[in-house]
Parts: sequence; C-alpha cells; structure tokens
Amino acid sequence: MSAATPASSSPGAVAAAGEPVLVAEGLEKSFFGVTVLRGVGLTLRAGEVHGLVGENGAGKSTFMKILAGVYERDAGSVRLGGEEVAFSHPVQAARAGLATVFQEFNLLPERTVAQNVFLGREPKRRGLVDRKAMLAETRALLAELGIDSIDADAPVRTLTVAEQQIVEIVKALSVDARVIQMDEPTAALADHEVELLYAIVRRLQARGVAIIYVSHRLKEIFDLCDTITVLKDGALVSSGPASELDTDELVRRMVGRPISAYFPDPEPGTVRGEPRLELRAAGNAYVDGVDLELRAGEIVGVAGLQGSGRTELVEAVFGIAPFTRGELRLDGRPVQISSARQAVRRGVALITEDRKAQGLALNQSIADNALLVIRSVFSRRTRETRRELPGVLSSLELSSRGLDQEVQFLSGGNQQKVVLAKWLATKPRVVLLDEPTRGIDVGAKVAVYTLMRRLAKEGVAILMISSELPEVIGMSDRIIVMHDGRASAELPARSDEATILGAATGTLRVGGEELR
Amino acid sequence: MSATTPTARRATPRRRRLDSSLIVGIALVAVIAIGAVLVASVGRNFFSAGNIRDILTGMSVLGFVAIGQTLVILCASLDLSVPYVVSLSSLIAADLMAGNPANIPMAVVAVIVVAAVIGLANGLIVTKLKVNGFIATLGTGLIIKGYLDTNYKGTSGQVPWEFQLIGATGIGPIPVSTLLMLLVALAGAFFLARTRTGNHMFAVGGNEQVARLSGIRTARPLIVAHMLCSITAALAGLLLASRLGVGSPVVGTQGGYDLLSIAAVVLGGTLLMGGRGSIWGTIGGVAIFAVVDNVMSVMQVNPFLKDVVRGVVIVAAVAVYTSRSVDRRRPRFANASAPPTGPDGAGGDVDGNDAREEARA
Repeated sequence: MSAATPASSSPGAVAAAGEPVLVAEGLEKSFFGVTVLRGVGLTLRAGEVHGLVGENGAGKSTFMKILAGVYERDAGSVRLGGEEVAFSHPVQAARAGLATVFQEFNLLPERTVAQNVFLGREPKRRGLVDRKAMLAETRALLAELGIDSIDADAPVRTLTVAEQQIVEIVKALSVDARVIQMDEPTAALADHEVELLYAIVRRLQARGVAIIYVSHRLKEIFDLCDTITVLKDGALVSSGPASELDTDELVRRMVGRPISAYFPDPEPGTVRGEPRLELRAAGNAYVDGVDLELRAGEIVGVAGLQGSGRTELVEAVFGIAPFTRGELRLDGRPVQISSARQAVRRGVALITEDRKAQGLALNQSIADNALLVIRSVFSRRTRETRRELPGVLSSLELSSRGLDQEVQFLSGGNQQKVVLAKWLATKPRVVLLDEPTRGIDVGAKVAVYTLMRRLAKEGVAILMISSELPEVIGMSDRIIVMHDGRASAELPARSDEATILGAATGTLRVGGEELR
Repeated sequence: MSATTPTARRATPRRRRLDSSLIVGIALVAVIAIGAVLVASVGRNFFSAGNIRDILTGMSVLGFVAIGQTLVILCASLDLSVPYVVSLSSLIAADLMAGNPANIPMAVVAVIVVAAVIGLANGLIVTKLKVNGFIATLGTGLIIKGYLDTNYKGTSGQVPWEFQLIGATGIGPIPVSTLLMLLVALAGAFFLARTRTGNHMFAVGGNEQVARLSGIRTARPLIVAHMLCSITAALAGLLLASRLGVGSPVVGTQGGYDLLSIAAVVLGGTLLMGGRGSIWGTIGGVAIFAVVDNVMSVMQVNPFLKDVVRGVVIVAAVAVYTSRSVDRRRPRFANASAPPTGPDGAGGDVDGNDAREEARA
C-alpha cells in the first residue's frame, strides 16, 4: 500500500489544471450563538481530489453539510459551475450535480442495489417502474468503476460495508454528479478494502469528477489528494497543493494549539496501586490481541479513529460481546465476564458513548435513572443509595428542578451527570468511560474531569475512550492507541498529538510492526 | 497488506438467508404433508376435490383482508379497523342491492368508495396528525362500530341470487371467490414491484429517514396503503354478503379479521416493523391457516384446541424468522484464527454476537 504514494499524485496533478467547478467563499455558520465556521472557502477543479482535514470540531462536517444543503449558511457564497447556488435539501444538491456520501449510509438493507441507487427517482416506462433499465444502468455504473463483485440485483444487506460504500458512490454517479463529497469514506473499511476505494476515487478523477475527501487518515490524504485544505476551530488555516506539505507540517497546521488549561491536575495523594484490570491477548470478533494493564488510581486514555475497535474493547470487558480468546483478570484473578450483569457485580462500570440511547431512560425521573442499576443488581442497597443520592448529585453540581424531573428535560451535561451518578452508586472499582464529554458544555466537562481525578484518588482504575486528543493528553497517565481492532501502540503521558494521530492512522508503526 | 487479499476475505461465507416467501412455501408444503397424513389416519382423503374446495374457500375472505394488511404493515403501520369495514361493507352492499340484480354495480361502487374514504381518513390521521397507526385505526374502527351498533340490530338487506353466485360457484374444485382473491393478490404484487408508490412503501417502512433524504414524499405511500387496505377489506365484506345473502353488523368481528390478518401477514414473512415482506408470503400464511383449520375440522378437534394450535403456529413462525436475523456489525476477526489459549471454545463467538444484537436492540 505504501508503494502507491509516489505514483498517485502524478495523474491527479494533470487533471488538477481543470476548470473550477465549485467555488465556495466566506462561508459562515453558527449554532445557538456558537460560531462553528468563520469565513471558510475553497476552489474545487474538475478531476481534482481535494482533501479537507482538521481535528474533531474543526468545522469539516459543517462545511460539507452546507454544500450538501443539510444546513443553510449564514453568510458567504457557493458557485457550482459558475452559478450561485443555495441548496435546502441533499436531494436538490445531488440533482444539481453535487452529491454527498455521508458517513451514515442512506441505504435500505432489504432492497436491492439497483433499487437503492434509484430510490426516489425510479425510471419509468409507460407509467411503471422500469426495472430492466434500473438494473442495466446500475450494472453499467458498477462496470465503469471496475466493480464486478457486486450484483445489482442483490439485497444491500448481503453486501460488506465496503460494498455498501460503493453503492453510495454509484448513487452519486447515477445523478451524474460533477462534485462528490466523501465524509470519512474509509472509517468503516478494512485495509484491503481501502485499496478498492482508492481505485474508485482515481477512476472518478479520470472521468473529471471533482472530489472533496474528508478523512482523519493522513496517509489517505497524501495518497489521494492533489490539494489539501486545513481547517482549525472553524477557520481556514491553509489551502494549497499537497506536494507542498508533509505529514509533520500538516499535523502542525491541524493541531497548533496549546492544550487547554482546564484539565485538573491529579489530586494530591493519588497513588498507582495494584492492577485492577488486566487483559492478555484478549480478543473476540471485533478486537484482537489486546494486552492491557490498568492499575488502581490510574487513568488510561484510549485513542483511535472511529471504527478502530475502541468501543468494542470496552464492550468486551463489560460482557456485552465478551472476549472469546485470551485472558481477563480483575484484581489479579482470572475471571469470565459474559454479561453486563456479571460485570456490574464484579465492580465494573461502563459509561456508554450514546447516553440517550444506552445510558438513560429519557422519560423517567432523575432518581429513577440514578437508581436503575442499584435496583436491578444490588436491590438491597436501594434505600441506602436513595439516601445518599442528593449528596452525590450535588457533588457533581447537577442543576435540576428536583429529583423527580424527567431527564429528557436536562441539558446534555446534566444528563451525563445523572449517568455518572447511576454508576457511582454501584461503588465501581473499574470505570470504563466511552466519550464521556461528547456533546456537553465546558463546565460539565470540567465536572467530569474533576470526578475522574477524585475517583482515581479513591483507588478506582479508569479507562477513558476519547476522540478529543487534548482530552486524552490532558487526563491520561498512559495512552493506548487502537488501530484496526488492535491496540497498536502504548504511549506515555503527555505524548504529543502528532504521535497519537500517527499511531491511530497507521502512518506511525510502533516497534516496526507491520499492519495487516 | 500481504496476508489478507480481497479474495481470501471473500472466502468467509456470507450468512445466507433464504428468501422469506420461499420459507413460507416450504412451511406450507410441510403443513400440507403433515395434514395429509393426519387426515389419512382417520380414513379420509386430504386431496379430494371437496376438501380442496373447502380449504380454498376458507382462504378467500381472510386472503382479501390480509393482502391490504400486508401493504399497511410494509409501511410500518397497522390497520385494526378492517373487521368493522368488512361488516359495514356487507351491510351497505346488501341494503343497496335490496334483492335487485340491477343494483349490483351501483352497490359495489358505493362500497368501494365508502371504504376508500375510511382508508383515506386512516392514512391522513397517521401521516398528518402523526397518530400511531395502531391507535388511529383502533379509533376509526370504534367509530364505525358505534355507527353499526346504533343503526343495525341484526342482519339487513337482501343480496340477489346473481351476486350470491360469486360466493357459491367454482371452476372445478376452485371457487370463484378464491380466484378473485388471487387476482387481487397478483395486482397487489404487481403494484408493489412495478409502481413508484409501491416501491416507496418498502422505503417508508424500512427507514423513513432514508426515504425522506432520498426525496420521497413519505405521506403518499402510507395513505395509499391505508386506502388499499380498506378497499380489500370491503371486497371481503362483499364476498361475505354474497355468501350470507344478507349484510351483517358482526360478520367482520366474528371472523376476527383484524388480528388474524396481521398474524397471516407476519406468518408470511413480512416484518411487523415494516420494510420487508411480500404479498405471496402473505397468501402462503393465509393458506397455512386454512390448511391447519381444515385438518382440525376434518379430525373434529375440540374448537378450543384449534385456537391453541393457531397460537402455537404464529409464535413458532415468528421465532423462526427472528432467529434468522442478521448481525448488523460484521466481525473483524474470524474466530478460526484464534490461538488455542482462549478460556472458552470457538463457539463462544455466536453467543457474543447475539448478546450484541440484544444490546443494540
């Protein structure tokens, strides 16, 4: 795969001299008074692959969604083929020739490939859906992309994730898009499937399609892109030929910001104690060969890209999809955790990534939510916990109208505090946090960080997954980096963002280990 | 990049799933085989012309209702008002015909128009007022029931002999009513496969968000499905009027067509959550019910036991379907490559996937 790097930029460089097909200037967007995009623009030429990079929250997604018509811009202009456009719906944008392949697929698993490609605009003949034409056109488009493994008449649910991705691209092609935006197209793909995507991108490029390519994987950006635009904190950092950048320089432009000062220092008296959680060559269908030691009083950060197996790792520890290989030890004793209930009984807590779907019963009260686990697993402690609850919630600085308020009316930060209270009540010895500060305000974030420090002092072992690198760096005593289902690197505290990103994207090989 | 080439990865078998209507067909054949043996054991012939005619006759009314119900369920809605539409239709038909063959066309048109209006109301309540289909049609059903209970104390009207022929004649062992039902099924299957609205029913039921993002006006398929469902229920009412010779305010509720039609649809492999299913599966489901009922009648099974058997058939069928559900997340590491050091065997992976499915549900 690495051999592709030098060869890739040459054919693109020729095509990049094409006409500008899309010119965006001075795009601005704010949500509820928070500016997420300030004066961002770029010029896209026919046959060009244009990389759009930046950290989480840099504004890439907002930028794409404005172009695609998901959001309306507050200011700025977009010209597509010389004409000023402002789309109000992705379908409208696609029909005008600007198609977007979102990270979340818009596919119906029970329908065939052809039916999905033409969904909502099925070709008609004598008033009836022309199935033959649909199939023939889908086959032609697949052939054009050099794909022979996908049957246009097969239900989408039988396809691999990579093949589903291709169906989304075919959908974009079928509207004759001149511009295709791809949002993290490789996030869910295995390495060998990425090769296939590369081939498709190059074919599109050869057809004169212009591509906006958003990815966290810098290697892909350099492999594919002719031009790279860097965003940071909603503003444009630079936009220019890829040949003028190298990985270090790109990462510097993406990051280039001091780690915020709001991470509290470890509480005095915190000591690194006995191992609480140990994994040895642990694996299941989603993660493999994970070695990990988590000690009392320690906070270990888990970094990695979306789809790298981070969530799957903590879900395995928590018994949701248990390990089928290797060894799991709690407090030095080998144990088998095959259900969430067992995990809770053994003193493990998991604060899930999606608090609304997995962490809370939204239409129940704060008290009911906070007592949920206690009632079902340690029912004898219910009364005691109920007595302690007001104290616990006020120590988390929960602001609410009372314990009987339904959690759906709380802010994201306060909802997260209820989730934390629920798990604190179980007096856990190992706490697994999956994106604990996603979508909550700074004040609540600090409350979460302070709580983590306090738990560490009390001898709890903490494993924290986070996509926010400053958070990982600011809080962790050690950092585990996941890549493609494996723990690809273990880095010391205060490692810099470039090193972590490198390990997470597979551009940095730790210990010379070749990736699959 | 060396070890795992695309071809090597593809070698891991995809979990094959049989087409739902094929499974229903297999189940139907199995039920027929078992039924034939049982019937033979009491010294009767399952395949006699008379018995075949009985089974097919038993299919036609429920068949009509279930065809419409299939469309509604495909759109992830439900129609509980069908038994009342059946009763109302039988009464309107018998009253308007009033024993005069010249009134037949007018009465049939009137019945269909009334049903279409009820279906339109159902569809509009579901799409515009955003009332769940279960509740919306429960409500319209009760409204019709109230009307029937107030205005009819018993049977009413008179169906002319010419119209009664539809329910009474047959071509060989095949009753005309069943042929008509199969024609409607054919039309329904064609509608689903070849019209945009039919295609979009799968989209709206499968994932409304995806449908909307694909530029589909999501209300339209739902409204059309509800209208067609009421119309097929009306056809069932017409057929019952033809068989009884009069209209009856309780013929629909006595038949239990609301829950039986839903059961037949689900038995036919259509997902209750919508998005997947077929008319032919439903016809298979209706046929399975008809065969089971017939076998039990021939064997003179206690009527309460009949319901027990029906219940077992429904639960067993749905249990089989759900056990075939797919894993949404694909495994990244095959268990075959596991080092033999694992504390438990390779079979553990399957359990892991199931647990994950539960957790995601």
